[in-house]
Amino acid sequence: MTTKFEVNGKQVSVDVEPRLTLADCLRHELRLTGTHIGCEHGVCGACTVLVDGEAVRSCLILAVQAEGSKITTVEGLSSDADLSPLQKSFRKHHALQCGFCTPGFITTAHALLTEEPDCDADRVREVLSGNICRCTGYIGIVEAVLDARAAYKK
Amino acid sequence: MKLPPFEYACPATINEAVALLAGHGGEAKPLAGGQSLMPMMAFRIAQPSLLVDLRKLPGLKEIKIGADGVRLGALVRWRDILDDKRLDAAHPLLKEAISHVAHYQIRNRGTVGGSCAHADPASEMPGIAQTCEATFSVIGKAGARTIKAADFFQGALTTALKPDEIVTEIHLPAWPAQRRYGFQEFARRRGDFAMAGIALYYDVEGGKAANAHIGVFGVGDCQRRLPKAEAALNGHTVDDALAVKVGEAAAAEVEPQEDIHASSAYRRALTGTLAERALKAAAAR
Amino acid sequence: MKNTFIGQPMERREDMRFLRGRGEYVDDVAMPGLLYAVILRSSVAHGRLISIDASAALKVPGVHSVITAADMPGGPPIVPMRLQPLPEFKPFEQPVIAHDKVRYVGEPIAVVLASSVAIGEDALEAIAVEIEDLPAVADWQTAAKNKSVLFEKPGTNRSLVFQARKGDADAAFANAPYVRREHLRTGRHYGLTMEPRGVMATWDDAAGKLTVYGAAKVPFFNRRILSAQIKLPVESIEMIENDVGGGYGARGEFYPEDFLIPFAARHVRRPVKWIEDRRETLMAMNHAREEECDLEVACARDGTILAIRGEVHTDMGAYMRTNGAVGARNVSQFMAGPYRVPHVKIDSSLWMTNKTPVGTYRGPGRFEANFFLERMIDMIAADLGIDRIDFRRKNLITSAEQPYPIAHVQPTDARDEYDSGEYSETLERALKEIDWPKLSKLQGKLIDGKYHGLGVVCFIEGGGAGPKESARIEVNKDGTLSVYMGTSSVGQGVETVFAQIAADALEVPVERIHHVYHGSTAYVSDGYGAYHSRSTVMGGSAVLDATNNFMATLRQAAGKRLGCAESNVALDIDKVTGGGRSMELSEFAELTAEGAFLNKKHTYSYGAHVAHITVDARLGRIEIVDYVVVQDVGRAVNPLTVKGQVLGSLVQGLGGAVLEDLKYDENGQFLTGSLADYLLPTATDFPNLRCVVLDDYPSPINPLGVKGAGEGGIIAAGGCMANAVANALQSFGAQPLQLPLTPTYIWELVQAGQKQAAE
Repeated sequence: MTTKFEVNGKQVSVDVEPRLTLADCLRHELRLTGTHIGCEHGVCGACTVLVDGEAVRSCLILAVQAEGSKITTVEGLSSDADLSPLQKSFRKHHALQCGFCTPGFITTAHALLTEEPDCDADRVREVLSGNICRCTGYIGIVEAVLDARAAYKK
Repeated sequence: MKLPPFEYACPATINEAVALLAGHGGEAKPLAGGQSLMPMMAFRIAQPSLLVDLRKLPGLKEIKIGADGVRLGALVRWRDILDDKRLDAAHPLLKEAISHVAHYQIRNRGTVGGSCAHADPASEMPGIAQTCEATFSVIGKAGARTIKAADFFQGALTTALKPDEIVTEIHLPAWPAQRRYGFQEFARRRGDFAMAGIALYYDVEGGKAANAHIGVFGVGDCQRRLPKAEAALNGHTVDDALAVKVGEAAAAEVEPQEDIHASSAYRRALTGTLAERALKAAAAR
Repeated sequence: MKNTFIGQPMERREDMRFLRGRGEYVDDVAMPGLLYAVILRSSVAHGRLISIDASAALKVPGVHSVITAADMPGGPPIVPMRLQPLPEFKPFEQPVIAHDKVRYVGEPIAVVLASSVAIGEDALEAIAVEIEDLPAVADWQTAAKNKSVLFEKPGTNRSLVFQARKGDADAAFANAPYVRREHLRTGRHYGLTMEPRGVMATWDDAAGKLTVYGAAKVPFFNRRILSAQIKLPVESIEMIENDVGGGYGARGEFYPEDFLIPFAARHVRRPVKWIEDRRETLMAMNHAREEECDLEVACARDGTILAIRGEVHTDMGAYMRTNGAVGARNVSQFMAGPYRVPHVKIDSSLWMTNKTPVGTYRGPGRFEANFFLERMIDMIAADLGIDRIDFRRKNLITSAEQPYPIAHVQPTDARDEYDSGEYSETLERALKEIDWPKLSKLQGKLIDGKYHGLGVVCFIEGGGAGPKESARIEVNKDGTLSVYMGTSSVGQGVETVFAQIAADALEVPVERIHHVYHGSTAYVSDGYGAYHSRSTVMGGSAVLDATNNFMATLRQAAGKRLGCAESNVALDIDKVTGGGRSMELSEFAELTAEGAFLNKKHTYSYGAHVAHITVDARLGRIEIVDYVVVQDVGRAVNPLTVKGQVLGSLVQGLGGAVLEDLKYDENGQFLTGSLADYLLPTATDFPNLRCVVLDDYPSPINPLGVKGAGEGGIIAAGGCMANAVANALQSFGAQPLQLPLTPTYIWELVQAGQKQAAE
């Protein structure tokens, strides 16, 4: 089936089997390999992308369901020039080690801080509980997200 | 863990959707948020031949609040409930229960209709539907009908829905402003399916509890009301001693299963503890 | 310029790519003409493999071929052991694919090659496998009966007994005024990585060259295994390390797939990629930990430990894998922990069962030993009427006793000694950090429906395994420098750490170290890898040697070109000076020198954990109010990453203490095949954690003074949490003797206490 959607500001059209998940479509059809696949059953959060601004698990959505949506991946939240304030904060607080879960945390935290720039530590932890990191123990990640709030306040 | 092959359709009308389901002899499945169905397909536990995506169907995404209660369109998502300030007064029990559902990303996709049609015994929404005597509006090739929650849920992953039927709306009866309620669940981790959960409410008449509704989820093969615990509550003044009694009644009337997360005896005790605590919380509101 | 990059909490250079989604993990590597491998795994725990019929699968459109043991002339090769490769273990090693029997749910039976993973999975359902069921051995007790044996030839399910000995424990027990004996057990865990494993192999027929992507941890060693199995010289095999999404001991060992995929690529003369999915990784990657013991401790009345004695039983799963013996070995050698124990006698049995085979997981055997002994110490101190902290103070090894000899282990003849440290200092610091005197009033108190408890334990962490590590420095065309390492990255931040060490040694700004290359077999002549908390110890010391050799080589080359004595040549950032003249370093492009560090001793960092928790006795729910780890790491090269190691491993340890357990039923059926069943810690589980990293006692056995520090957080978490739970529930007389501390288990302890009180 042909399906069309927008990824990181660019219109794309892909011809896919209905059974292809959005995660696999992004990674293997569109070669956006920053979105990672960690469980394929909606638990680990590594594949989190933004669909119309909302954080969702791309392993639980079919590519054909994304028809007409605006998708943002970690690549879309990044620039060549410099790290974003959120990314800088992750680096400063050593909020990543192996880096595999990191794109999912960046996309999730970006959605959270965009919607709720005043969120407190409990809310940050509650939202991030849908993403699994095996390296850091989350301490640095929570600090990083809290520290990045200022950059999202209008 | 790639999905098994299937056909996909995304109809624009309910009639079309029903026709597609009916045309596939029980092998087709409606797709709402997909947050339960997709993992089952990834494990190849479910292998439908056709997925009928409901996302374009009109009129299923609204939360209507009126004198007769709350009407949730089948495609209302968890986040829509949590974001809706009107529900703080119109159905605070629903709102509190839904705050326990899964995680942030799941709540952006998962729907009330999908959850109820999936009927996981540990899900919150079917628990609320049972506790609050919700009515399901469904539509199929034989036309529209309504099903009471008590008839809708028939066991683990089993409902009264026919293969060609889809849920269109869940109606929760009106919620009086003075109603007392409590909600308690306990899971190994936040966002996991609960090892046990209790939703309850009652009205106060002449200083005593009346119209008690106590529902349990995560215990046994189906969400259900607990009539003996309700009887222990009705007609009494709610205090700590009564809460203990109601908890004991609740613990006595469940049939808890054993699994890798909890033993049967523990689950029974947990049911009682949560009922007791939910009642204390209700009284303290 | 005199640098002090070592000791600075420097932000990591790796982060620049990971944060922008630009890491390149093995599944991110694209290759034209790829076939995708999907593995058919046994659904039977124990049985005789009668037949495999793949004819229907071969008819599925998109399926290229199906590989089984029958395709391997001479039968499937065996995966040899990397560590403790004793002859006793030989009969229990794993063939790369099942050929006569299946011995665990998840054992590879066939490999499907298809044009997509989805099609390969479709084809799995079309393969008919006939297996004659045999009685399953689902725990070590059943194994010990030897009624159903996994391997007919040896005829026993016990592959070995490790014997740890020091002094004469039996004599000490015979004369001891006080002895306590307990039976304790730990759950079955594993080093679950967020990136499942992956192997991609390409075969160049013309050049006779095999290239294997997805190597991790020990690429050089794995190349030697593969070379012998596939009968190619090592020079014809290149192992490429991509970014690696976590290791923890489990990732990067040689698994069956590390043969099957390269074999498949050569067999069909096409590139082949296999990416493990989550369901299969739970039953294919090494399990760990499931150990049970009867432990006795003999003490003087004043609390002096006289001796320990015991029997440990490890549920090994179905095969002896590459590093499978480490946990059972370590638990025997390190049962005494950081304490002065003159007499030790531990027998550690390795039992083969019909479960996924065991390997190492961060702190192998150490997590278990720490839980076993530290749990007993609290009970013993109470028996003797001694404060449990004073008990520990009395028995901790002092710096005056270093190097302190520990039990030696047979049949490996492993003799070892601790290197340096005043162990009580970390304990005192931890008590101060958490304000123990103030909190001690809360012990066992019920406040707002929750019982408060304090836990305290001390630990020792081994690191820095030899025998060797290599490093090489090279001048780039633009005059910057690159460092090439024989060690690997599993995500720890070695690129940053080695750049710090190299920049300090060369006295150049750290930015001049353009890149640190690691892991792949083409970079240095010989490499060892990332295990046993050794990368910084061994690799860092090798970097120092390489910088020395590099400067000598540079002086020689520059002396000639500058026309000055070698001793007058100096490196000044991007210039080479001498005799009043100066050249650009870039003019020496490709100048390179390798160095190595050889060492047979181990480093021992150490520390203490203290915890303040609450327990809701009715829910069986534990919450951490405050938790402090103090660890002396000898010397912290990068305090930021050391803290990351401590806190990250701590949360893994807390997972093992409270959540994680791989379960089987009595038929050997695997019950925890998803992440909804095997519960990993999430951000809401353990919020209040702190750590203090000390570097007061450098290691005397390497030039940097560093000690391995990747495991201290995990080792003591089980013991500390169990002690805290016992402390909180003292009014019920609760003594947790097993992990994990599940709500059901805690509730049962409370019920038992209430029942006993009522009687």
